[in-house]
Amino acid sequence: MGREVTFRVFRGEPDEDGVPKGELVDYTVEMDEGMVVLDVIHKIQAESAPDLSCRWNCKAGKCGSCSAEVNGKARLMCMTRMADIEEETPEGEPVLIKPMQAFPLVKDLVADVSWAYELNKTIPPLTGPEEKDWVFSQEEADRVQEFRSCIECMLCVNTCHVLREHNMFDEFAGPRFFVRLADLEMHPMDAGDRLEMVKDDLGIGYCNITRCCTDVCPAGINITDNAIIPLKERVVTEYYDPLAILAKKLGLRK
Amino acid sequence: MTDVRNHQYDVLVIGAGGAGLRAAIEATRDGASVAVICKSMLGKAHTVMAEGGAAAALANKDPRDSWQTHFRDTMKGGKYLNDWRMAEIHAKESPDRIRELEQWGAIFDRIPPGLKGADGKPLKAGTISQRNFGGHTYPRLAHIGDATGLELIRTLQDRGIHSGMDVFMEYTVRRLFTTDGRVSGCFAYNRADGTLHTFQGKTTILATGGITRCWAVCSGSWEYTGEGHALAYWAGAEMGDMEFVQFHPTGMIWPPSVRGILVTEGVRGEGGVLTNSEGERFMFNYVPEMYKNEFADTQQEAQAWVDEVIADVTATQRRPPELLTRDVVAKAINSEKKAGRASEHGGVYLDISWRDEEQVKKKLPGMYHQFKELAAVDITKEPMEVGPTAHYVMGGVKVDPVTQESSVPGLYAAGEAATGLHGANRLGGNSLTDLLTFGKRAGEYAAKAAAETDGYLEISQTDIDAVVAETLAPLNRQEGENPAKVVEDLREMMQEKAGIIRTGALLEEALADLDELEARGEKTAPGGGRIYNPGWHQALEISAMADISRMCALSALAREESRGAHTRDDFPVPDRSHWGKVNSVIWLEEGEMKIRHDPCPPISAELRALLDASDLSEEE
Repeated sequence: MGREVTFRVFRGEPDEDGVPKGELVDYTVEMDEGMVVLDVIHKIQAESAPDLSCRWNCKAGKCGSCSAEVNGKARLMCMTRMADIEEETPEGEPVLIKPMQAFPLVKDLVADVSWAYELNKTIPPLTGPEEKDWVFSQEEADRVQEFRSCIECMLCVNTCHVLREHNMFDEFAGPRFFVRLADLEMHPMDAGDRLEMVKDDLGIGYCNITRCCTDVCPAGINITDNAIIPLKERVVTEYYDPLAILAKKLGLRK
Repeated sequence: MTDVRNHQYDVLVIGAGGAGLRAAIEATRDGASVAVICKSMLGKAHTVMAEGGAAAALANKDPRDSWQTHFRDTMKGGKYLNDWRMAEIHAKESPDRIRELEQWGAIFDRIPPGLKGADGKPLKAGTISQRNFGGHTYPRLAHIGDATGLELIRTLQDRGIHSGMDVFMEYTVRRLFTTDGRVSGCFAYNRADGTLHTFQGKTTILATGGITRCWAVCSGSWEYTGEGHALAYWAGAEMGDMEFVQFHPTGMIWPPSVRGILVTEGVRGEGGVLTNSEGERFMFNYVPEMYKNEFADTQQEAQAWVDEVIADVTATQRRPPELLTRDVVAKAINSEKKAGRASEHGGVYLDISWRDEEQVKKKLPGMYHQFKELAAVDITKEPMEVGPTAHYVMGGVKVDPVTQESSVPGLYAAGEAATGLHGANRLGGNSLTDLLTFGKRAGEYAAKAAAETDGYLEISQTDIDAVVAETLAPLNRQEGENPAKVVEDLREMMQEKAGIIRTGALLEEALADLDELEARGEKTAPGGGRIYNPGWHQALEISAMADISRMCALSALAREESRGAHTRDDFPVPDRSHWGKVNSVIWLEEGEMKIRHDPCPPISAELRALLDASDLSEEE
């Protein structure tokens, strides 16, 4: 052991207009076997910077709290092994750690994700039958369980260019909430209809299927193919398919 | 003058894990205005880490199951120190709490078509499936792969946000206020922006989870520093059974950075075997007398049970000894280590690799990824290395079994923060239905009491000034230790002196060390300001950690026997004649921690008849 690694960490707070103001600070720590990025951050806190801010909870990839950008890529710090990071970082270069860039800054590595909590409140909840002991097959459960494995880490939102580059937080729900909507719309017992909302308020049309969200999902959810595309198809069928519209008028379809 | 913002709500819920959210949902249903105050963001609380499942006698998977058997298993697992009234309520109400969760959106794994029960009649396909777990006679745990906690918290979160509750995220509560002997509110600071707040509430519910961050090897996050337990104690509430801290037998042990992270009991429920460095399946040597008739005594019989489980048919064989209760398995692993038969990195081996690769990935997806990504171990091909990790505290705020009100009027507690249901040892899966059952009850009764209360009690300005000064003090100290160092030393000390195996001498040392650590804690200097400063937050946690550790050490020192999760090397056997009939009670009186022992509440004859008569007579 005794090997050292240098982290270049963003330290700072937003100014009065919300623009991040700060600097990159270098910290060098000694490595232990099997460390993940979050361990190194904790070691920096314990050794030299107690006030360095970062969120974390479970340290096992289950809660989605410790999202950050490591060497420019959005990941969970608790599930990113230093062995892999050292391999990808060029010799002699520090490891670069920044907060998620698509969200406003709170301080250091902590981003303000309150947008997500506000948006979630607008999505109508499950409407199922009153009778208890619901019956549906494991195959029906499997389809929805994939969506329900989302840990709300917001790495997908941080990566989506509609939000990151175009800042369309008011018009577009982003991958996390299309996963949530797919969960509700494909729930075997749900009787609700949220398609108009998906089309209008949540702006699913803005997604042009670049699959960046799916690439960064630490839960391995196939966001694009299993959530977004089926939702887009349902919207098309409901609102733009002439045959479906005709069938509805004739009372052949709901 | 420091700016302190005041808020008023009928019911204050402190904590947003399963118990807190369930309580908040119930309280809003009854029309109360509710504030949920939580240390992390919504949906990140400790419940999210629960893996294996939620125990409820739905009797879907095995129609022989009933609330009576669940009650018996819970009491037996708790070594009869449980409050039988809570065990009864829990066993009876858990199934409805699970069914209700399903109607709120939780997608539990389903029963496949074509299965038959023990009586040859077909099981109802498509209903909630249930899995085997330690100490449960029948498959009883409703589950979602090995991520049951995530499903639970997300379901409650999504239900809760439409219930009208207001959520104060990333707020830490530092003090409960009492006015004329009744809890009148609390003081909190906002972790993100450093602002200070008082909340006036007609009633207050503590749903703050546990304390296991006080040990160096634990499965808990930074949140588990036990402020909830400390808040109740400081407010004058009686605390019960604080010596009983569960060490889960299987935590990760290698590499060092993952030490303590939980490996679900579901691995053993799915047929995982425990072996020592000599390749011996050692659990056969550790079956206690009280469980002798219920567990396999040969590998063949154990394997026959596992084959039945894999084939998804009703088990007719006795189960493998790996599924003994957690206290028994943790101590067995400890004994194997002591005898020099530890695995390469000081634990034992847990092996599920003999099962079909796809089955392992389907049943235990979280474990597969956890080991692959954090330890570079493929559990479908090689054994895991595991060892005990501090996981859960059975002790907590003493509450009325029906209403969940503590000994301080206006203060309620539910979930891990409360005590009573689990006795000396908790069965896996019982915590998730504990927090649903008693979270609901706490919400219901706290809202009812709030509705009967006119107006808000005034909080003393002197009390507010005192806690404000105390809260800001670490930031005013220019020189001092890094709080992280004090916390690390406290955790190492508790691990060594108040861990799985205890002695009177070590516990006395622990109590002395705690005085010293607390004094050091009062002099730390984290530096920085009030905006999201983890050093400052940690400096403030030390006083709670010291008092909680003290409660544990003091009651462990007093209990001169070994029972459930509490093991004394100097008193190695259970003593039914005295200690098996009393619960410890701790309270604060004139600045001093006091302890006494109360007789367990007398059990009704009807319920006593459900218990294992041989257990009770054997220890008389």
